[in-house]
Amino acid sequence: MDFVVSILEQGLIYGILALGVYITYKILDFPDLTVDGSFPLGAAITAALITRDVNPYAALPLAFLAGAAAGVCTGLIHVKGKVRDLLSGIIMMTALWTINLSIAGMSNVPLFSKDSIFKNSIVDGIMPEALKPYSTLIIVFLLTILCKALLDLYLKTKSGYLLRAVGDNAVLVTSLAKDEGNVKILGLAIANGLTALAGCVFAQEERVFEISMGTGAIVIGLANVIIGTSIFRKAAFLRTTTAVLAGSVIYKACVAVALRSFEPQAMKLITAVLFLIILVISMERRGKVRGNA
Amino acid sequence: MLELRGISKYYNPGTVSEMCLFRDFSLKMEKGEFLSVVGSNGSGKTSMLNLICGSIPADAGQVIMGGRDITKEKEYRRNRDIGRVYQNPAMGTCPSMTILENMALADNKGKMYGLSRGTNKARIELYREELAKLDLGLEDKLHVKVGSLSGGQRQAIALLMCAMTPIKFLILDEHTAALDPKTAERIMELTDTIVKEKRLTTIMVTHNLRYAVEYGSRLVMMHEGKIIFDKKEEEKRDIHVEDILALFNEISIECGN
Repeated sequence: MDFVVSILEQGLIYGILALGVYITYKILDFPDLTVDGSFPLGAAITAALITRDVNPYAALPLAFLAGAAAGVCTGLIHVKGKVRDLLSGIIMMTALWTINLSIAGMSNVPLFSKDSIFKNSIVDGIMPEALKPYSTLIIVFLLTILCKALLDLYLKTKSGYLLRAVGDNAVLVTSLAKDEGNVKILGLAIANGLTALAGCVFAQEERVFEISMGTGAIVIGLANVIIGTSIFRKAAFLRTTTAVLAGSVIYKACVAVALRSFEPQAMKLITAVLFLIILVISMERRGKVRGNA
Repeated sequence: MLELRGISKYYNPGTVSEMCLFRDFSLKMEKGEFLSVVGSNGSGKTSMLNLICGSIPADAGQVIMGGRDITKEKEYRRNRDIGRVYQNPAMGTCPSMTILENMALADNKGKMYGLSRGTNKARIELYREELAKLDLGLEDKLHVKVGSLSGGQRQAIALLMCAMTPIKFLILDEHTAALDPKTAERIMELTDTIVKEKRLTTIMVTHNLRYAVEYGSRLVMMHEGKIIFDKKEEEKRDIHVEDILALFNEISIECGN
């Protein structure tokens, strides 16, 4: 039972990350590697705040804002600096390593003795005794669903329409008298905000900040998105965001099951092999409008 | 109303493959004029449109629109007054969004794209009526993704979307070239209706000489970055496809084709 609960917990936390990656990879068509830096950025902000006894819930919006700022930087490098999308992300990812270190103060910050969004007097007070073992899962679930619902709502607004249009056909956005660069920057901000939020929740669940916790975050995010969208491709009644969350849980389960029969050192290899299998099976192909007249 | 004044445009400047397309090129259009442009490949038709829209910068000269010098203005800013339909039907619509979402997106041009609901429910009836005018049965497919429609259907929607909001100029870049003859005919009729209804100043680049002769109030032929033939109103009425074709052949012989 503990095994299943932990899969669900981590799967859903990485689900928030996957929602962010869904925006860049699927909607914007932007391979954004900033994620590897903005995930630990959220965690670093959280560590810095919680060790200073700031309310752990306040860390959530602050982490989002910090991630959004990182996304804006990547966007500016790409749009204003005219640097290729992949390289813009790599530059920010590299820069964020140092920034994360200086925010957190050290490369490893334990948070065991501190309150978190999962363990504090309020949660202890309102959570019924029978549900106590699942309190973390319940809170993670509510948070993830909230993020998903807000993202769904946003994608139905005018601004959300424009965001969907820019990855689909940037020429059309220009035709609509809007600067496609600004729309991209906005998309990157939201995506990295969500990623940093996931980092914030992850650090509070693991009760530790680790500088290298973001390494490979983009691979996990991409795997989640691709699993979700390809498994549920035919299920038209499911929103893509729901599919992405389900994909996260499925991926986490696959990795967890695989790790049971291998050494922990095999983690990265398992991740890579799983990702490759998913890519080949789903035959991820892109069919977007490119170029200008 | 729209003027290109002393435009020069070089491709690959400073290299051995430097090519001068326009040297001191000028063109003046009156308000409400419907200009058809014909010419061989590489004569500068699409480049001219790109210069007007700001998709490519001019090396010298000015672009003046409605009395305002817009030479330095960015493409997306110029597009507030311009509607453009491309040769590729995929360029004017978003394939992964539904017809309704595409229409709503275009309907908001010139306004803020904020956090209000993307599709205004009160406008759906109007979209349905507009689509019904196309006579393609699209009014019953509002929730179908545009990516699953045919090229002709997409081009028709692109044209509608272009002309939904008040624009002053319509730029048509071989917009019937990728369509079958019957659909092309339908799109051309639709174009003419829209241009007349909204009194748009229009430039249409086409390889179909019959369209160039039949539609529009002025006809221009371009060759190697120059205008070699320019007829308006009454003068244009007496032109036949054969005349244009003869002129075309003359140029081709000169070039050794």
